[in-house]
Amino acid sequence: MNINQNPIILNVDNLHASIQDTEILKGINLTVRSGEIHAIMGLNGSGKSTFAKVLAGHPDYHVTQGSIQYEQQDLLELSAEERAQAGVFLAFQYPIEIPGVANSQFLRLAYNTVQAKRGKEELDPLEFDDFVREKMKLLEMKPDFLDRSVNEGFSGGEKKRNEILQMALLEPKLGILDETDSGLDIDALKIVAKGVNHLHNTDNAIILITHYQRLLDHIVPDFVHVMEAGRIIKTGGKELALELETHGYDWIHNDQKRTVGAST
Amino acid sequence: MSETITNDYLGCLLNALPADSRNSGAQDTLDWLQRLRNEAIDRAGQLRFPTIKDEEWRFTDVSPLAKLPYKPAQKTSALRLSDIQPFCIVESAHRLVFVDGHFSPELSRLSKDDQFMIGNLTASALAKAPLAEAHLGQHVQFRDNFFAALNTAFLQDGALIVLPENCAVSTPIHLLFIATQEQTTQYPRCLLIGERNSQATVIEDYVALGANAYITNSVAEFSLADNTQVNHIRVQRESGSAFHLASSAVALEQDSQYRSVSITLGALISRFNLDVEFNAQAAECTIDGLAMIAGRQLADTHTRIDHAKPHCTSHQQHKCIVDGSSHAVFNGKIIVRPHAQRTNSSQSSRNLLLSGKAQIDTKPQLEIFADDVKCAHGATVGQLDNDEIFYLKSRGLNELTARNLLTYAFGAEILDRIPVPSLKHTLEQAILNQTTQNS
Repeated sequence: MNINQNPIILNVDNLHASIQDTEILKGINLTVRSGEIHAIMGLNGSGKSTFAKVLAGHPDYHVTQGSIQYEQQDLLELSAEERAQAGVFLAFQYPIEIPGVANSQFLRLAYNTVQAKRGKEELDPLEFDDFVREKMKLLEMKPDFLDRSVNEGFSGGEKKRNEILQMALLEPKLGILDETDSGLDIDALKIVAKGVNHLHNTDNAIILITHYQRLLDHIVPDFVHVMEAGRIIKTGGKELALELETHGYDWIHNDQKRTVGAST
Repeated sequence: MSETITNDYLGCLLNALPADSRNSGAQDTLDWLQRLRNEAIDRAGQLRFPTIKDEEWRFTDVSPLAKLPYKPAQKTSALRLSDIQPFCIVESAHRLVFVDGHFSPELSRLSKDDQFMIGNLTASALAKAPLAEAHLGQHVQFRDNFFAALNTAFLQDGALIVLPENCAVSTPIHLLFIATQEQTTQYPRCLLIGERNSQATVIEDYVALGANAYITNSVAEFSLADNTQVNHIRVQRESGSAFHLASSAVALEQDSQYRSVSITLGALISRFNLDVEFNAQAAECTIDGLAMIAGRQLADTHTRIDHAKPHCTSHQQHKCIVDGSSHAVFNGKIIVRPHAQRTNSSQSSRNLLLSGKAQIDTKPQLEIFADDVKCAHGATVGQLDNDEIFYLKSRGLNELTARNLLTYAFGAEILDRIPVPSLKHTLEQAILNQTTQNS
């Protein structure tokens, strides 16, 4: 399948997580090495988005068992902002709107906060303006994007592009895209995919969470994982997504039964 | 006179009036103005000092005030322009300044060749404004409102704005009320008369020098004739020890438009009444408010929009941000009279609690007697949203910055509607400072 021996960025071992005493994740195992793209697919309610939120440190979810190693650190020891500073980035399925705060202001605040924590140079408004405009070209965003309030009145596609713009600014080591393709028309999808491909390199890794195989035509994964009931029940290469598209999720059960049957 | 004064509080105050003020020893007093004052004195005597047993004052205990019969402020101050500089608004070419309730021509900025009339509400000015008699004291319900009655009783200086027909004032008119004294009461008053097709933006601004305890008891009356458009920005940034009691009354004629933004930041106890009356068809009002308070502050906003005629539109959004042990009250009454068909009215009250000890009382009150109307209202009280905080933290911001930014954004939505950029910016900074200070 893949013989990548690059350093491991993320190692998830038997991860269990709950929200308000309801267990959502029931033993996830996943290893992600630098340079890789992983797609996690699955039906609604399978736990995909919860997994993304747990990785990013959402306080409503409690890890009850298992571990997450990120770059030789215990990720679970870090708060959400420390994870962001350490290079974990989550592109949200539903980015929030912040009326009254200009996008440029917000982007610079996030950028400079993270830069400072990483011991890198902060940018003043003018320098940042040049910097961010360059990144915006990649996502074919209009300049007035900067003056508008954060995500307020943005279309679905604009919000998603704004997420990828933030990813471009914060240069994560591990980018997690939670249903970034949902609700996008094909043109917007291509722009977003182009942006993601541009940002992907041998030093970082990307986890794509999606319902649809369509995204994977444009961002080609090294691995496809299928989630169900809080577990990864099948892992394969990019062709797995195509098979899912053709046969549907039920096919996996039949396929598994066959496998189980064969081994006994 | 003493027979009608059954009220100790009032008696105490009236003793402070110069002996000649009731029966017009003053040389330039108009008969009708004197009659108005006398009626208000009598009315104040008949009305009780409100207590929490009164439905309208249920949440707002002003009893501490009854023990503080602060005398009317005397004219003492010799402020210089540099003292008021921080409060000046660059966009505004017209400024009326009142120090402790007294008009200060030196600090004011008026241009003589203006086609509209702006000045102090003196008898001589009123004499030149024949419409004044029909409006002054005629819109505010001082007959049922103790504090408005007191204000009218003590009516002396005030802002008078008369917009003649077809007159559009291009820059905002800034009415600046500065409190400088301790343990006194100031009685600011505003009267705006907009004749047909006129247009203006008015900023009614209450500020203080120092942290004195004093009372502001103010009344503003706005009358908008046919097709008149007025923006009214009201800023209450009194000292943190002050008491602020205010009533605004707005009368709207056909096709007129009234847009107001009221910002409440200051005062220990404040109460703001806003009454809007639709007197003819097809008029519109937009009423937005923001109260941001902390510590032991209490801020009460009572609004009443009376759809007395058909085809009128009102939109209202009121927000409160409460921190510390502060307490915000919103009571928004909307009346749609039986013949006021095709009324379109919306009201939203949104409230943000930043502390476990803070309190919000919100009471939307819709009284609809017509059947062909569109009325929507809603009220929410909540804390900052965990998902929103998480979003910001996932961008590297710490918890405190995330909370401050969201709090600011909650209020900024209202500030955004202020059509005067420098004032908007000043208030944004004030809110940002308050956010960071409280945390």
